[in-house]
Amino acid sequence: MDRMDRNVVVPGDILSDDPNRSGEGTYVKDGCVRSLLYGMASSYKDKMRVIPLAGKYVPSPGDTVIGIVQDIVFSNWIININSPYEGLLHISELPRKIEMNEMSKYLRIGSSVMIRVKDVDSTMKVELTMNDRRLGILTRGRVAEINPTRVPRLIGKGGSMINMLKKELNCNIFVGQNGRIWVDGNDDDMDLALKTVLIIEKEAHTTGLTDRILEFLRVEKEARS
Amino acid sequence: MIGMDEKLSFFKDGLRLDGRLPDELRPIKVEVGVLARADGSCYMEMGDNKVIAAVYGPREVHPRHLQEVTRAIVRYRYNMASFSVEERKRPGPDRRSYEVSKVSREALEPVILTSYFPRSVVDVFVEVLQADAGTRTAGINAASVALADAGIPMRSLISSCAAGKVDGEIVLDPMKLEDNFGEADVPIAMTPGGEITLLQMDGRLSKEELQRALELAKAGCQQIYEIQRKVLVDRYSHMDDAGSCDEAVAEEEI
Repeated sequence: MDRMDRNVVVPGDILSDDPNRSGEGTYVKDGCVRSLLYGMASSYKDKMRVIPLAGKYVPSPGDTVIGIVQDIVFSNWIININSPYEGLLHISELPRKIEMNEMSKYLRIGSSVMIRVKDVDSTMKVELTMNDRRLGILTRGRVAEINPTRVPRLIGKGGSMINMLKKELNCNIFVGQNGRIWVDGNDDDMDLALKTVLIIEKEAHTTGLTDRILEFLRVEKEARS
Repeated sequence: MIGMDEKLSFFKDGLRLDGRLPDELRPIKVEVGVLARADGSCYMEMGDNKVIAAVYGPREVHPRHLQEVTRAIVRYRYNMASFSVEERKRPGPDRRSYEVSKVSREALEPVILTSYFPRSVVDVFVEVLQADAGTRTAGINAASVALADAGIPMRSLISSCAAGKVDGEIVLDPMKLEDNFGEADVPIAMTPGGEITLLQMDGRLSKEELQRALELAKAGCQQIYEIQRKVLVDRYSHMDDAGSCDEAVAEEEI
């Protein structure tokens, strides 16, 4: 079992015999660090960790996500955050004061919102907030969905991928931690942006992706002009 | 045994009716990610058994009263297609499929880290398309791969196979003829570390025979584990280190 073929590991694979090196996505058994997930093993700050290749978004405080209003209940909006758990947005978490009977005027069922996870308790009750200049209701643009495990790849090392996309595509793009992506620009640019995002999702595990995407965009844009 | 000719034997020149050695598995074929709508899926053939497993979740529990506050629940549905056996099987759950569902769920649950996802459910569906003795073990093998494919945190994979007794000899992975006319059938499921999560026995065995059957079945499970692991690893054979980039959060103004 002590193998690491090209870094892809399955649950139970031994990653290290030093129990102190147990990082994210691993556990310790019989003094060995083992993988908990089917994913890619890597060493990070002298810990072994496993980055999953699939899975659901689990909210954690501080994450900025894109949600869709699902329901309005007594002084709360119930927000779908593309996760096994729904989020609660209280009216007091809005940037301005709103009357209870005006809730549906401000945020209707089906509206998309850019929102931050404020708190998550042990029973996975998720509290959301919109109380930030950068957060708010999405009135323009489009929202797409990818697997949340591909989000780091779409952003790239230090934002390399996402900054390149924004520059090349002339679009405003925001990637929510929950795998929802908001793009805003002219229609043709948005079409291409969403197409590109889906390619990145599909090929997230391959090498030299940023360069290949750059090349892909050049070709696409030439074809258009 | 009624209707069986005394002269018929399960062995011919030391080989079984389908040409296998007593300790040989039937050929196995596995495919991962065969269903687009499921979070994880696996199609598996073990000899003439054909099963498909689909995993959904973790997701919200419906009906609500089943939900557990501190952990995820696991639901497992084993179902045989009406065309999976010679005589048409009456569709729908019956006593046998309830039992198989229960023991299969209990074979997988110990390795799933249910505490990571309180108030949620992991749904496992196993459909038997063609049956030829050993569908529960094939189902467990497929479900285990499908769970990994869905990104569910697990302590290890689970592998499962059976041993049986025919003509007084212990054999690995009995096929339909051997199961129907044999003397015993012992399906097991275990982790690659050798921890048994399922052990059933149908028929009669002596203590020594049971030990021999366990030994054979364990060896079979190890072989199956290698196949399960390989199919998962090969799926992403071309790898990238840039995939592990830092957790930068893109921030943009509306």
